[in-house]
This record gives sequence, structure tokens and C-alpha cells, in this order.
Amino acid sequence: MSKRGVGSIIRGGCVGLAITSAVLLSSSPTLAQETDLSPLSGEIVSDGSSTVGPLTQAVAEEFNALAPNVQSSVDISGTGGGFERFCAGETDVQNASRPIDEEEIALCADNGVDWYEFEVAYDGLTVVTNPESTFLECLSIDQLRTIWQGEGGAQTWADVNPEWPAETINLYGPGTDSGTFDYFVETILGDDEIRQDFTPSEDDNVLVEGVSGDANSLGYFGAAYYQENQDILKAVAIDAGDGNCVVPTPESIQDGTYAPLSRPLFVYVKAASLERPEVAEFMRFYLNEASTLASDVGYVASPAEVYTTDLENFESAVAGTGTPDSAAVAGTPEA
Amino acid sequence: MSSPTMFGPRAAVLPRTAGSSNVNGRKTKAAIIQGILFVATAFAILVLAALIWDITSAGVTWLSLDLLTNTSSRRAENAGLRPALLGTLWLIGLTAVFAFPVGIGAAVYLEEYAPVNRWTRLLKTNISNLAGVPSVVYGLLGLGVFVSLFAAGRTIVSGALTMALLILPVIIIASQEAIRAVPPSLRQAAFALGATRWQVARDHVIPTAMPGILTGIILSISRAIGETAPLLVVGAAAYVTFNPTGLTSRYTVLPMQIYEWARRPQQDFQDLAAAAIIVLLALLLMLNAIAIYLRQRFSKRVNW
Repeated sequence: MSKRGVGSIIRGGCVGLAITSAVLLSSSPTLAQETDLSPLSGEIVSDGSSTVGPLTQAVAEEFNALAPNVQSSVDISGTGGGFERFCAGETDVQNASRPIDEEEIALCADNGVDWYEFEVAYDGLTVVTNPESTFLECLSIDQLRTIWQGEGGAQTWADVNPEWPAETINLYGPGTDSGTFDYFVETILGDDEIRQDFTPSEDDNVLVEGVSGDANSLGYFGAAYYQENQDILKAVAIDAGDGNCVVPTPESIQDGTYAPLSRPLFVYVKAASLERPEVAEFMRFYLNEASTLASDVGYVASPAEVYTTDLENFESAVAGTGTPDSAAVAGTPEA
Repeated sequence: MSSPTMFGPRAAVLPRTAGSSNVNGRKTKAAIIQGILFVATAFAILVLAALIWDITSAGVTWLSLDLLTNTSSRRAENAGLRPALLGTLWLIGLTAVFAFPVGIGAAVYLEEYAPVNRWTRLLKTNISNLAGVPSVVYGLLGLGVFVSLFAAGRTIVSGALTMALLILPVIIIASQEAIRAVPPSLRQAAFALGATRWQVARDHVIPTAMPGILTGIILSISRAIGETAPLLVVGAAAYVTFNPTGLTSRYTVLPMQIYEWARRPQQDFQDLAAAAIIVLLALLLMLNAIAIYLRQRFSKRVNW
């Protein structure tokens, strides 16, 4: 499956236009809105990823200041749980830390829910260990696979690299309901099973506590949790296979050199909801402000051209000339 | 107490004969036991004190009027819990409106009206069992019945109905016990004067049992106010920008807001969560104080 999501591929074509409008966009001051949003009213219901949730909350907070009569709510049921509600037509906006999967595409199609996909920010999954660890500086994707695979997974550091001590590795990771888990497993293990004997938690702060209190720990979570806890955690550089160890920083995450654990974050919008002015204005505001607000909540802005293609796609959707991304994937499941 | 002839003489005689030589040993034993019991009590209190100290030291600097009047924000210094506080008050108020009449009514029926037979006993046993059911099960029930079947959606009324179901068994059991403690002679006297069953219940049994019933209500409110699991299932939002506007409004509650802040990566938000816990505890104590005040007033009224 593509790491960039279905919509981004579909919209790949218009880079020239993208750059010109990116310049226009960046010249306009942020949080300034030409149209008066205060007459808007209604309700915007969103659910989904707890990773993307804070970004959508930040957008809702700023949007609410301009449109005080619009009632926005953000739930954090997880990417999977959120898609269940989204595809049942219960929510207007779905936050997702991974692209929609085939089952969810089919579920949405069965219920007649058409949707648009927008990439809104970047997050770098950070592999962390205890700061006391002296030998662990860099792991390759193959080594990560050796550690996390379900069958014959490494029990001690020596199983990963013979030069390392024969101490048992204690693993920590997000629970199975999170998009972070899905993304990590798919990227590192592909279709293989993940081992079961790791300590899972839906609360990343619990993982931070676990890794920082355990000398032989290894865990992973979103970059924001590493950034806030740098004094008690040590980030492990990742070697994508070319021999270069890259540490996750905002720069390396955004320019793509921190690979393959940089992941795009998405927002899905129900096509029918975009016909309501409050949802349309909310999404326009979201796509205009996401790059600024992303860093406020610990993420990295996507490249400018991503927002430009997002906005073009959005404007044609609102104008009624766009094709929902759901229609584009119908019948052609992702390769 | 009932058989002084059996135990009285032995109890009086035995220690005297055996004890005169062993009095020091028994006193030591008593002192040790007292010590152990004291440690048990001290441990419980110490844990509670540590918890309160931990929360207070982290959260007290974040307590401010803004915390009560602002909505949540991505900036910790601007974040407040007004929608959550109002949501909790709405939810608890509605829960009380749904649960108290039904709960007290059920208790009065079971104690005053229901025939004493196998079915009534089965019913009472099952109500006791219901009080022990994990709260998330009530959440799933609420999701199936109120949110989906009755199509009430993820609204404040669905949440309150679910919470009402959750606390009903506690109210029924406590009210039943309070009603059972009313002396039968009181009922008999009223019946003898020709009062109907309803008149007896309304004018004598319920007023006399009221302090006990209120105790049950205090306990059930305390349980409801801190519950998160069922509300997570029936759809309290993690973040809302607005105050609850009515029965069909979407909402959030204090425990949800605390959960949402505590899981943020920034330390400031975790301290903010501690401040929110202080607010929740204060609200809980305030509601309990009101209930205790009412209980005192009702107990004074009872005089026979």
C-alpha cells in the first residue's frame, strides 16, 4: 500500500500550478480570513486518530474564534474506530494517521458515504530507548524487523548484533487500535505478524514512562512525545537501507530523509457534509492553517505543494466539479 | 448476648485462672495487634495523602478563574474546562432526574408492595448483582439501546440515561435498606388508623427512611461523577468548543477532559490535568456536602 495515501497519488499532476499558488499562499498572513465567518452556525462532528486529534482541535479552536456559533466536537476513538463511524455516516470529518484501508473503502461504499482525502501534516515515528544505553545509536529496517517479527523475534540485543550485550530486550508500543501501530507494522513487517510479547498502551505517556524506566527498553511513538521528553529518552537513528543513519528532526521528517518512518497525517471529509457551508468553511480554514498549526501541536507541516493540491481539490469539490476520492478508488483497490 | 448461661460463666472463669500467669503475654499480643491495625489504617491514609499531594503539587499553580471559564486550547496557558464543567453538571443533573424517582420508586415497591416470594427474592438478588457489573458494560448497553435503537445519538440525554442505569442498582439497594430499617410498628400504627398502603409509604415510611435514601444518593452521585468508561462508549467528545445547549447537545465531561489532557505529550497539559482533577474533587465534595446537609435536615424532622 502507498505511504502517501490514495488521494495524493491521484492529485500528483499539477506541480507547476502548485508552486505559483504556494507563493501566493505564503504571502498572505496566517489566521486572516477574508470572508466573514461569524454568521455561520451548525455542527461539525469529527472523530478518529488521537494523533491527528490535537491538530483538528487546534483548527477548531481558531475556527471557533471566527465562527462562534458553529459547534465543533472532536472525538479520539482511534483511526480504526473513527473510520467505522465515518463510514456509517455519523461524522463529518475523520482524522486518520494512516490512509483509509480496503475494508474501510468497501464499508464507506456500501453505506453510500463518498469522501475526500486531504493530507494535513507529517509525523515522524520515533524509535526510542533508554538514555543509559551505550551501544544503541542506529538501527536498520532489517534489524527492526528482526526485533519485532512474530516468529523468531530477537530476544536479546546480541540476537540483533553479535557485538551487543546478551541482555533481554523489553519492547513497548502503541495498542492495536491505533493508526500508529498499523503504520509501524506495515512499514517494518509488511504482511508478517508482529510479536505479541510487547507492552502495549493506548496512552503514549505510559510508553514514555516504560521506556525511560527500563535500561533495555525499545519503543516507538509519534515525534511529539519524544520532543517533550528528550531528557529521559534517547532517539535511535534509522538506516533505511543505504547505510546512512538519520535522526528524526523536524527537518529530516519534512524533507523525507527520515524514512520510512515519516508518515503523513490525513483528514477525510464526507462529500455530503461539504455541501453545508460551516463544514466547507471549516475545511478551507483547516487546509489554509494546517501548516502553521501543525508545529504548535508537535507535528511538522507537509511540503507547501501538498496543501496547494489539497486546496485545489477542495475548491473543485465545493464548486461541485470535483470527483470524490472515494469514487477514484472504487473498484480499483490499492496495489 | 442471647445465651449468657452458656458463655457467661466460662468467659468469666477461664481468663482468670489461665490469665493470671499469662497477663503480660496477652497484653503484648494486644499491643501487636493494635500496631498492625494502626499500620493498616495509616497505609490507606498515606496512599490517599500521597495521591492528593501529588495532584496538588502538580496542579495548584494552574488553578485560576480562566481554568473555569475558558474552553480547551492547544496552548496550556489558555486552556480551560468550562464546557466540561457545564457538561458534568448537566449530565449529573439529568441523571438525578432520571434515576432518583425510578430508584426510590423501585425500592418502595420491593419493600412495601411486592409479595414476599421466590420471584421477589430473585429480583432482589439480581439487582445486587447489577450493582457489581463493570461500568463499561452499561456503556455498551447505552450504545445499543439509547444511541442506536432509540436514535438519541451521541447526545447528553443518551449519556444521562446510561448513567442513570449505572447508578440505579446502588440507589435501589441503599433505599431498600433504609426502608427496611423503618420499624414495623410505625407501619402497623398507621394501618391501624385506616391509612392506605400509599398513605403509609408517603407520610411515614419514606420520610423516616429519607436520611438513608440520601446516603445512597450521595454514593451513587459520587460514582457517576467520576465515570469515564461508559461515557467514552456512548460518545462524550474529547473536545468541544461550546456549552451544552439542551438535551440533544453534544457534550464533554470533566473525566474526559482530564483523560484528554493527561495523554498529551506536553508536561504543561499533564499539570493542567492535575488542576482539573482538583476541580473535579472540589465539585464532588460540594455535591456531597449539599447531600449531607439535606440528610441532616431530614434526620431532624424524624421524631417518634
